[in-house]
Amino acid sequence: MILVRGGRLIDPASGTDAPRDLLVDGGTVAGIEEPGIIRPEAANEVIEAEGLAILPGLADVHVHLREPGFEYKETIASGTRAAAAGGVTSVCCMPNTRPVNDCGAVTRFIVERAAADGAVNVFPIGAATKGSEGDGLSDIGELVGSGCVAVSDDGRPIVSPAVMRRVLEYSRIFDIPVVNHCEDLGLSAGGVMNEGKTASALGLRGIPGASEEIMARRDIALAELTGARLHVAHVSTAGAVRAVREAKARGVRVTAETCPHYFLLTDEAVGRYNTNAKMNPPLRSAEDRRAVREGLADGTIDAICTDHAPHQADEKEVEFDRAPFGIVGLETLLPLSLVLWREGVMPLMDVVRRLTQTPAEIMKLDRGRLAPGLPADLALVDLNAEYRVDASMFHGKTRNTPFDGWTVRGRVERTLVGGVTVYRRGRE
Amino acid sequence: MSFHGPHLLGIRDLSKTDIGEILDAAESFRAVLDRDIKKVPTLRGKTIVNLFFEPSTRTRTSFELAGKRLSADVVNFSQSTSSVVKGETLIDTARTIEAMPAEILVIRHPHSGAAELLARHVSASVINAGDGMHEHPTQALLDLYTVREALRRVEGLRIAIVGDVLHSRVARSDILAFKTMGASVVVCGPPTLLPPGLAEWGADVTVRIEEALRDADVVIALRMQMERQNAGFVPSLNEYAVLYGLTRERIDRARPGLLVMHPGPINRGVEIAPEVADSAASLILNQVANGMAVRMAVLYLVAGGASA
Repeated sequence: MILVRGGRLIDPASGTDAPRDLLVDGGTVAGIEEPGIIRPEAANEVIEAEGLAILPGLADVHVHLREPGFEYKETIASGTRAAAAGGVTSVCCMPNTRPVNDCGAVTRFIVERAAADGAVNVFPIGAATKGSEGDGLSDIGELVGSGCVAVSDDGRPIVSPAVMRRVLEYSRIFDIPVVNHCEDLGLSAGGVMNEGKTASALGLRGIPGASEEIMARRDIALAELTGARLHVAHVSTAGAVRAVREAKARGVRVTAETCPHYFLLTDEAVGRYNTNAKMNPPLRSAEDRRAVREGLADGTIDAICTDHAPHQADEKEVEFDRAPFGIVGLETLLPLSLVLWREGVMPLMDVVRRLTQTPAEIMKLDRGRLAPGLPADLALVDLNAEYRVDASMFHGKTRNTPFDGWTVRGRVERTLVGGVTVYRRGRE
Repeated sequence: MSFHGPHLLGIRDLSKTDIGEILDAAESFRAVLDRDIKKVPTLRGKTIVNLFFEPSTRTRTSFELAGKRLSADVVNFSQSTSSVVKGETLIDTARTIEAMPAEILVIRHPHSGAAELLARHVSASVINAGDGMHEHPTQALLDLYTVREALRRVEGLRIAIVGDVLHSRVARSDILAFKTMGASVVVCGPPTLLPPGLAEWGADVTVRIEEALRDADVVIALRMQMERQNAGFVPSLNEYAVLYGLTRERIDRARPGLLVMHPGPINRGVEIAPEVADSAASLILNQVANGMAVRMAVLYLVAGGASA
């Protein structure tokens, strides 16, 4: 038995934000009580959480662990260590591995590797179509049976509306979300950053915001048609926020996520061809950034995720056009999200909710909240600690972040998964 | 030398003073080119490598002759003969060449930002001879030089730039260069070939060529490439010529004394009518001759100016 004592519990699911002691027994939460009620003698280990916030472990529903196939970028072991260091106790990993996770064998490989080497819980997302090629459906039943919690063709949007319709219809058997990267490839063809004055000045091909909105609206119409669950990945534009907001008001079963870079940065961060500011969807305009913040505040956007996408420095140190899309995010997710609270966009409780409860609910994980009988996945956080992001100290394999050198507040001190400490700052 | 850093990556980095210094130096070198012996010992013992990752005859030849007339050793390295095809990165290629060693790398590359990338990774001076759709600073400098030579000033002039601005590094550098030197710029082309955000650069924008030419002192026609028709940016080169071509009639209706420029190579009968290209109003061949003087000035200043 472990007693976590003296902390401030912030658990959005129960609406708790108060001093609480937490008793952990055999990997699950055994009790949550006001300070002093649980006697220390009841525990054989006491974790002092004085001055710290106790959060449910974060659930990141959009992560690239790169294994199998791209182990030089990241492995299940390294990616989950990065997660642990970021207070993230559950990750949903995208299927764009090699081979693509489009069958039970690959899913089982990931699940087994995660059980053996993983520091945190790993929930695979299977490919919606075979090879993520956008044609025939993958064996979705087999994927779900092997442990997948959703399907997606990840960075390759399902181009054919007919195929997307069938994926959505078929997903109803399992009531899992279909995650789509909303991008009209015809409109964005060849684009490497947001279309706008920065792209024009740099002579880079632009991806207009409309390419995201058009695909989001198509998918929403299909979700409405089929009654299936749509999850819109990494919302970056005012248009997509508007589309999701309207759909929710009509009762369409749609959820949405965004990432810290979309509510903190704009396309100006590309500066002089900074490939660590290149991701897809791209960083947008100040107006889009404002809309994403509003979407988070009013609940249109349900979850904050990372789209953690590791790439090695030599892959990024090339001509901007040729650099791969993607940045890492697991180790900066929490402090960057807390900016929303500090800047008055939304209350702390809601920021924590979009990092824990809502993403877990979207993927139907029995996590993201702390209550007796649930897994003891938690993050102990010093909300006020200020520090500089130092990418060279990351636990993941790569350093591709535009936030290197930023001064942030909110530091993860300790992370527990199933009652086991998987990260403790300074004791790695 | 007063321009910032040892490189010339774009007009964006240059102040009015920097540009004035380059143009003044070019004027001295222009005098050299009019002599019988067109060679000075300024860069003797220095090595200039022309790294051309994109086909180019005129810019490469211009840089090559400029270097030779400054007595530098000039080596040409082009994509077809390079190991780039074997998958070597730009940085590795450049470092290898630099190690030979070379003091100045002149780069032409199909990707925007390639010159900047190179400059971050080599200790040699880097001169951008055109990167993707980004900048072509020496072209803009020679355009400035040519206008200044013809009209004795740049400040207060009205410059019209007509054509495929979206894909044009010349247009980007020209807008910045003429604005910096106190001219006003009007940009004109079909909306499909105008980049978003142009107005925020301080240029006027119009889709009607008559409007662009109305008050212009100089018009710069941009090259219109066949692939723009194939990619659907314009219905046909024929329609483009009808709507945006610099024809005799349009020149006649514009302000008297309007001068015509073009970065070359020209498509006769598309963006410019043959009789306009060959008319007294055309400065196209002056641009070519001035280009070498401007490039000599840039090479000289990048190599350390008076101390070289």
